[in-house]
Amino acid sequence: MKLSSLLWANLLRKPTRTSLTFVSLAIAFLLFMLLRAISDAFSGGVSMEGMDRIVIDSRYSLTDNLPLSYVERIRALDEVDQVTNVSWFGGYYREPRNAFATYPVDPESYFDIFREQGISADTLARFRSVRVSAVASEALAAHYGWQPGDTIPIVQDIFPQEGGSWTWQFELAGTFQYAGGELLLIHYDYFNEAVVGWGKDQVGWLVGRVADPKEVDAAIRTIDGMFENSPDPTRSTTEDEYRRQFASQLGDIGAISGMILMAVFFTILLLTGNTAAQGFAERVPELAAMKTLGFPDGSVAALVLAEALALCLGGATAGIAIAWLLEPGLEANLGGMIGSFDLSGWSALQALGLATLLGLLIGAYPAVSARRLTIVDALRER
Amino acid sequence: MGELIRCTDVCKDYVRGAERVGVLRNVDLSVQDGTFTALMGPSGSGKTTLLNLIGGLDSPTSGEIEVDGLRLDSVNARALSAWRARSVGFVFQFYNLLPVLNAQRNVELPLLLTGLSRSERRKNAGLALEIVGLADRGKHKPGELSGGQQQRVAIARALVSDPCLLVCDEPTGDLDRSTADEILELLQTLHRELGKTIVMVTHDPRAADRAQHTLHMDKGRLVSNIEGLGTEVA
Ligand SMILES: Nc1ncnc2c1ncn2[C@@H]1O[C@H](COP(=O)(O)OP(=O)(O)OP(=O)(O)O)[C@@H](O)[C@H]1O
Ligand SMILES: [Mg+2]
Repeated sequence: MKLSSLLWANLLRKPTRTSLTFVSLAIAFLLFMLLRAISDAFSGGVSMEGMDRIVIDSRYSLTDNLPLSYVERIRALDEVDQVTNVSWFGGYYREPRNAFATYPVDPESYFDIFREQGISADTLARFRSVRVSAVASEALAAHYGWQPGDTIPIVQDIFPQEGGSWTWQFELAGTFQYAGGELLLIHYDYFNEAVVGWGKDQVGWLVGRVADPKEVDAAIRTIDGMFENSPDPTRSTTEDEYRRQFASQLGDIGAISGMILMAVFFTILLLTGNTAAQGFAERVPELAAMKTLGFPDGSVAALVLAEALALCLGGATAGIAIAWLLEPGLEANLGGMIGSFDLSGWSALQALGLATLLGLLIGAYPAVSARRLTIVDALRER
Repeated sequence: MGELIRCTDVCKDYVRGAERVGVLRNVDLSVQDGTFTALMGPSGSGKTTLLNLIGGLDSPTSGEIEVDGLRLDSVNARALSAWRARSVGFVFQFYNLLPVLNAQRNVELPLLLTGLSRSERRKNAGLALEIVGLADRGKHKPGELSGGQQQRVAIARALVSDPCLLVCDEPTGDLDRSTADEILELLQTLHRELGKTIVMVTHDPRAADRAQHTLHMDKGRLVSNIEGLGTEVA
């Protein structure tokens, strides 16, 4: 036997109590990992790609549309090299749970702007030439096993077609590379013609590339100035800025997840701390017995502290492991919506650091009490 | 046989509120090596307090205590616990075993403080269990054993590091007559055959009869010793 076997034996003394604590710790750390990944996705990995790109949106709300005519007016500006329009289409494949982002885009200019989204010349040519075609990100095509030439029915509930059908059929032209997960691109022209009522001749947002990256601010001022007094004023930002604004409009994910995590961990700290304090009271005679046998005060305190640490680190490890197991599924389901869903090793390290801190806080009271415990008093209390 | 325990003018006071209570008053005591001594007296007379001082669990307010050549009153807490691990075995009324460990591991526990190897620890613990007649119960946890069996495990634990002194505070206080007799028999054997020095507090005159000498305490003083062969009250 070693002292560590006493540690395990002590943790298993009340299996129900330990398992409940363990599970709540695991859930808390799972939540920690997932919320960290989500807020990382929103704060966006800063990449050099797109430094010369600007996003032009409605000034009032990210969900408001802009007139299609803006595309040509902005393209005509000297400050702007190229511009493309993107819209939100939404929808799902066969069943509502198969949701991913679908954007009606202009096949002529889209891949000229988003150069990091690689597409083969053949696929692009086919996409451009067939009006009912679509291209899928590699992740999306792989997820549903789509092959070029397949007909893909997309059901959606915002834009009915002329004739009232809610199901749109697209023919898959091929795939393109996309780091953000699942994305389907369709022809804006086809969409615009088919759609009835709201949304016609409108685009979701525009993405442009400025002629001179150093003059991004000037380009933004020119564009926004041009539409200042129109019914649809614009708000242009650099692409990174745009991602951040999107996040803040969704309620500042970072701050919210921070508050959730604080509440969760504070609750855990109180509950587990209370359990540990109760557990300590039950063990006073045993700890006194150990001291009687000659175990020094420090060893007895260390044993009690190590138990709290082992429990917290064990719970954290379980939470991190579950997060890792869930990652592929979450990436597939959320990736398209929030950019990319990646668990970082850094978050895992932070989780372990947090677990250590939690263990020290929870174990502090029992450990200090164990250290102070005098044998004679403890024996008398029986 | 030399002197194992020597208490000189030992006082122990407890402060209760504003009051200072003298629990032990000027106790002088000498216990010879290899003797079996019973300590009797009314409840509250200070028996446990004296036993705890002899066992190095507590320090006197004044006076000198020397056990096996070490002045317990003048060493620090760390040295005292190291000394306990080497030199004293404790047996309490309520056994004080660790409920999460089986008998074998309870007995092995004190050996973690020694330099013995894993296999030596296991062997010695097994041997101690054999001495108390529980070789076949090593895998049982305290909760699965009777009171008498638990006390045997506690005695094995007290024995395992081969201390010269065993201090027992009402070791049969929680046991029925016949079980108590078995435990006393065992203590006698340890005294006779292994030469252990035993100091045992008891309320039971029949238990005291098993000892070679009986000391009586009253109101914090040692009042007499019967058949004062090896033990003297100065
Ligand atoms: N830590 C303490 N604080 C205050 N008083 C104490 C303390 N320890 C012991 N006493 C008092 O000292 C006296 C002697 O106690 P002790 O436990 O030595 O008696 P005892 O002879 O063993 O009695 P019993 O037969 O009931 O076990 C009692 O009056 C007790 O209340
Ligand atoms: Mg007593």
